[in-house]
Amino acid sequence: MRVIASLVGIAAALAVVPFLGLPAFYESFLYLVFHWIVLATSWNILSGYSGYVSFGHGAFFGAGVYTTATLAARYDMPFLWTLPVAGAIAAALAVFVGLVVFRVRRVRGELFALLTLAVTFVLATIILNTPLDGGPGVYLSAVPLPKLGPSASSMFYLLSLGLAFATVLIAYLVRRARLGRGLFAIHDDEDVAEVMGVPTYRFKLAAFALSCSLAGIAGGIHALFVSYVTVGETFSITVPLTVVLMSILGGTRHWAGPAIGATVITALMYAFTAGDYAIAGKALVGMVLILVILFMPQGLLGRWRGRKKHVAPVVDVAGAASVRSQIAERRLSTDATSERAGSSPLLQIERVCKAFEGVQALRNVNLDVRAGEVLGLLGPNGSGKSTLINVVSGHFRPDAGRIAFRGREIAGIPAHRIARAGIARTYQIPRPFRELTVRENVTLAAMFGGATLPRAAAEQEAGRWLEFARLDRKALALPDELNLHQRKFLELARALAFRPQLVLLDEVLSGLNPAEIDSAVELIRDIRTQGATIVLVEHVMRAVIALADRIVVLNHGEVIAAGAPAAVMGDPAVVTAYLGAPAHA
Amino acid sequence: MPGATLLGQAVLSGVFIGALYGLLGLGLSLTWGLLGQINLAHFALAFLGAYLTYHLSTVGGLDPLVTLVVIVPGFFGLGVAMQWLFTRFRVSPLNSLLVTFGFTVIVEAVIQSIWTADFRRLESGYASINLRVGPLFVPLPELLTLAIAIALSLLAWAALRYTDIGRAMRAAAEDAPIAVAFGVNERRLAYLLSGACAALAGAAGLCLALSQTLAPAQIYAWIGVIFAVVMMGGPGRALGPLVAGIVIGVTEAVTMAVTAPSWAPVVSFSLLILFLIARPAKA
Repeated sequence: MRVIASLVGIAAALAVVPFLGLPAFYESFLYLVFHWIVLATSWNILSGYSGYVSFGHGAFFGAGVYTTATLAARYDMPFLWTLPVAGAIAAALAVFVGLVVFRVRRVRGELFALLTLAVTFVLATIILNTPLDGGPGVYLSAVPLPKLGPSASSMFYLLSLGLAFATVLIAYLVRRARLGRGLFAIHDDEDVAEVMGVPTYRFKLAAFALSCSLAGIAGGIHALFVSYVTVGETFSITVPLTVVLMSILGGTRHWAGPAIGATVITALMYAFTAGDYAIAGKALVGMVLILVILFMPQGLLGRWRGRKKHVAPVVDVAGAASVRSQIAERRLSTDATSERAGSSPLLQIERVCKAFEGVQALRNVNLDVRAGEVLGLLGPNGSGKSTLINVVSGHFRPDAGRIAFRGREIAGIPAHRIARAGIARTYQIPRPFRELTVRENVTLAAMFGGATLPRAAAEQEAGRWLEFARLDRKALALPDELNLHQRKFLELARALAFRPQLVLLDEVLSGLNPAEIDSAVELIRDIRTQGATIVLVEHVMRAVIALADRIVVLNHGEVIAAGAPAAVMGDPAVVTAYLGAPAHA
Repeated sequence: MPGATLLGQAVLSGVFIGALYGLLGLGLSLTWGLLGQINLAHFALAFLGAYLTYHLSTVGGLDPLVTLVVIVPGFFGLGVAMQWLFTRFRVSPLNSLLVTFGFTVIVEAVIQSIWTADFRRLESGYASINLRVGPLFVPLPELLTLAIAIALSLLAWAALRYTDIGRAMRAAAEDAPIAVAFGVNERRLAYLLSGACAALAGAAGLCLALSQTLAPAQIYAWIGVIFAVVMMGGPGRALGPLVAGIVIGVTEAVTMAVTAPSWAPVVSFSLLILFLIARPAKA
């Protein structure tokens, strides 16, 4: 709220400028500052937050320029009316590009950057060769301008001020909303984000459309500001490069970073490239850029993580007691539900197959997980345990067979929907979101998982699970500051904040020392008592025996044994799988 | 439809411009694929090389090919210096783009202050020689470019494939810590590679000077198409840029001959988009 109030204050103060009677130069200069603030900040909504760097911002800006130019010059549409159309066309173009690009799963990072760059050139060529431009450029000096403020330049000033204010506000709101959280998760690890319930495809598309529509509107205003538009100027490589530059200079992880970068660079360019020292000024801008990136790779606002601003952990001693009592309560209620569920399986896997380039990782696997049980999944390395987890959690699509969760088919549906249906998983090698704090990691799971809580409630929930996993002292640390044991527990806390019905634990105990294993076993027991069904992939035999109600053994992608722990461990086939066939005399 | 001769001439000029694309893309592709740097300065260096060739041969009276004796070692040093900067500050791939962009802007300013923003064209003895093969014209500067591009691409390919240093470079690109554990001096290799790629930019500059008109702002005109070439060829693969460059060059030239010249970019980039989306899965 304080932020919004101060943004409104700044905008209101700046809105007075045209009425002070200053020379028009100030308005034009500030217009350029606002113009670049809009472009850089809007770029940052997709590219800064999610890490998908677009070099095609010029294309969407240009789409706006030419929409307004065409509508205003050829069809005599009033200028202000063309702006929403410019935004809509740019957004539509973004959705079209995004539908193609984001669907290709492996198009990431650099490839996205180059594809968006290519879109710029394709669009420029099309406009150049069609009546939209045709080559000579479009003159807009005859277009009537609306009356807003004392002069034409104040009109542009006020329009761009309004748009800059709106854009920065949107960037701030997105940063705090579910969309922003999801984009930050995508930035760190897109696969994990998807498994945590973030609809990555939809979020990327939404952010892309939002970002581009703002650029389109800025383009519409700019078309009339320059009053003569050409393809060469509009679609030049300098637009995307400058935008990227400004954002990184300011800091892409902060909503205000691009605005600050835009202000600094516009001022630099204006101060040094106007007048007699234009060439030296250009070189100086290049120099500043190099020095900033070398010495402040995170940008001017890079260190600003807002870590210290977080309130102290919500959980206190009383809270700790309440977790325990809640667990006790839930134990009662789950006993009731599992009785009601009877023998009906929570998860049914039927004849599931999965092959990787000829290696049959899963071969007709049949497996039931009953509500409320702990199922130990065993097998030698390479037997298909992790593949099975990946197939169930939606990371891989099975080649054949069906998987039903609570009676609903989940094979082949997007991973985030499986997550929301109530399946959580951990990774053998912990994969936390590295740029988010421990608490933010867990909060994210609570926001996007089965419970889909609003942010405040999710933070409460996160606090509770951090305490549960004994990580409350580390809540504000970054994952890299944790040791392996703590990172494994972070994985657990993240899975639990989901409020899942089924938890897939992929070798949570591997790499821990005996004391740590004991505490982890205790924790898993607690997870079970609070009502979740658990599939435990594990090599640590004593833990499996201590925890599992039933055991299933995989070998070469096939189920070779299933049943009570003692019976399975005595099974000759299992012994052979682990130790090799007995030698015959 | 244009006649067979015109089409043949178009294909030929496409091969020639494609060779230049490939030569410009070669150094870029190697630093990208093997060092993880997106080096925009490659374009600036190529133009700096072109201007130096221009200067040394018009003012100094040297044969353009002889200028390489000066340019290649000089640029090798520049490349090493840049690599030192990257290592010293542990620059990430995205930030390498920005640092080298800053460097490009500086080089552009330097070029502009020495040679002005006007167009320059090298009038060398080669430019006036035109060979004729049947009905087709074969300009000598372009033919030289093609020869240099093929020779350097093959050299880079063979060096990476058959020498110990080349194998070590590929190993370090695949997994640096493991390569280091096996005794590969990753840093020294990076210096060598970076220097070699800068020298390649110098050689590409020579070809630019031989066949193109130079202006400082032209530095940016090449970025789009060269990146397309590098992507299609596959970053880090020595023969990729040349092959992709010729494919794109020929498609462009034929498009220009069949429709209007201004449609050329749409073809190359559509080709790139289709290629990226349809190419076989690679994890």
